[in-house]
Amino acid sequence: MGQTLAEKIFSRKLNRRVSAGEIVVSPVDLAMGQDGTAPLAIQAFRNMGAKKVFDSQKVVLVIDHVAPSTSEGTSKLHALMREFAREQECKLYDVGYGICHQILAEEYDRPGMIIVGADSHSCMHGAFGAFATGIGSTELAAVMASGKLWFRIPESIKVTLDGQLPKGVTSKDLVLHLAGILKADGANYMSLEFGGGAVKSMSMDSRLTICNMAVEMGAKCGLMEPDRVTEEYLGEPVPTISPDRDAEYKDEVQIEVEKVEPQVAKPHSVDNVCSVREVEGIEVNQVFLGSCTNGRLEDLRAAASILKGRKVREGVRMIVIPASRRIFLSALAEGLIEIFLKAGCVVGSPGCGPCMGGHIGILGPGEVCVSTSNRNFLGRMGSEQAKIYLASPLTAAASAVTGKITDPREVL
Amino acid sequence: MKGRVWKFGDDINTDIIISGKYKFKTLDMDELSKHAMEALDPDFSKKVKAGDFIVAGKNFGCGSSREQAPLVLKHLEISCIFARSFARIFYRNCINIGLLALESPDAYSKVETGDEIEVQLERGEAKNLTRGTTFTFNPLPGFLLKVVEDGGLVEHYKKRGRFVWEDIA
Repeated sequence: MGQTLAEKIFSRKLNRRVSAGEIVVSPVDLAMGQDGTAPLAIQAFRNMGAKKVFDSQKVVLVIDHVAPSTSEGTSKLHALMREFAREQECKLYDVGYGICHQILAEEYDRPGMIIVGADSHSCMHGAFGAFATGIGSTELAAVMASGKLWFRIPESIKVTLDGQLPKGVTSKDLVLHLAGILKADGANYMSLEFGGGAVKSMSMDSRLTICNMAVEMGAKCGLMEPDRVTEEYLGEPVPTISPDRDAEYKDEVQIEVEKVEPQVAKPHSVDNVCSVREVEGIEVNQVFLGSCTNGRLEDLRAAASILKGRKVREGVRMIVIPASRRIFLSALAEGLIEIFLKAGCVVGSPGCGPCMGGHIGILGPGEVCVSTSNRNFLGRMGSEQAKIYLASPLTAAASAVTGKITDPREVL
Repeated sequence: MKGRVWKFGDDINTDIIISGKYKFKTLDMDELSKHAMEALDPDFSKKVKAGDFIVAGKNFGCGSSREQAPLVLKHLEISCIFARSFARIFYRNCINIGLLALESPDAYSKVETGDEIEVQLERGEAKNLTRGTTFTFNPLPGFLLKVVEDGGLVEHYKKRGRFVWEDIA
């Protein structure tokens, strides 16, 4: 029997053939924590009596969730992270550098790596053909102490995305569509393995969006085969890590992408998905373009293509947060930031922004937000009486211009 | 173990268990646990008693990796969570902090909020004392039960100087 991508990656790492269902202990190539999870991990690390991280080059801390700090309490937690990074001589990316996942994509991710992050969207790094998954704080402490962790080799669901993306439809629409099919626990404990012509012709930015949201279907990881696109993004040759043709899958999903329309996830769950057309006309108070899901250069370009020469509708506030400083600088050089500012957007410093209701862009009771982020849970971005619609950067920008949820194909 | 049940539905996410707006400000569990389950029941933290159980539907704890979610429940002295299924990060977090999380195919259909149940861990069975029914649950794999019995990973490591899974080949 052949092997899935998840089985391939672990077999390669452990130098022996492993299969789904097996519990293995694997060395970890990179361990990451952010300001919502690292403080607890540091506390646990110290309480364990651990003295030194297993490898200071393989532990990365990022302050991105509430950055810069908006309260004394948060500042103390940030200070704890800075102090720990100094003491352990590991890398800390401070406020404004970017979102943890984007920093990893820009500077660390390589095919075949085993990556754990104390953040659920760590599955994003699977777009490079790395096994990457989210863990909690105490587990991060255990990895920082020992450099290893136990994993159950997951069963896999094969997702084939066939064909060419139609105009106005993005990889975000595809992954929302998939969440609507699989539902919030449809891939629980499993690996989602993406392939097909639409993936092959997709940029890394688009691929990252898809793998980022694997966890919204309960998946342990979202994996893609490294290929020429990966190679060009990294600027170096990549190893061949491909699933076998006779690999065994728990389930298979095939999507003809030509038939997919712009999608939204309605309140209050990510699998509550329909086409934008079905909810068109709902009035919008806030639009958020950013997050680890859709704050990349390609996303900013897509939104700017709609906002260029147009204005954000009066009464609507649009918040744009580039996912990293590198992206911010590129957007500045390309004139995108000027387009946003002239359209009336608020442009914020790189970080997670309003995604998890930690600081800026908090929604009030009764408000509606169209967000390019990954979760629309009750109360996620502020008031429990607010409503969040998840959508692509194109739908977000189109809705900002009209002040109502709008199918981007009408303004493109 | 004997206690009352608090019943919740499917897909209870970590934002509901503890909202992101609180968790970035403090590690003080006395403070954080006041807001547990606030979106569904603002008085939950006042009403829940030490030794109570949570029974839920599928995918309990989906969403973020925040360990504060199981921590606030443990701090309120919930003795065990039964669910049809758990989101994987939440499940691992429970074990790592020493909170029992057990998958049960039928707990959800056998109990209501306020029922009193008695759990017999070694038998994989619980009695609903209010209704005179029983439900079953799947035991934890042995190496994980060891972590829970030690009181979580921190205590486990302090006690043994290594992690039990390091014995797995």
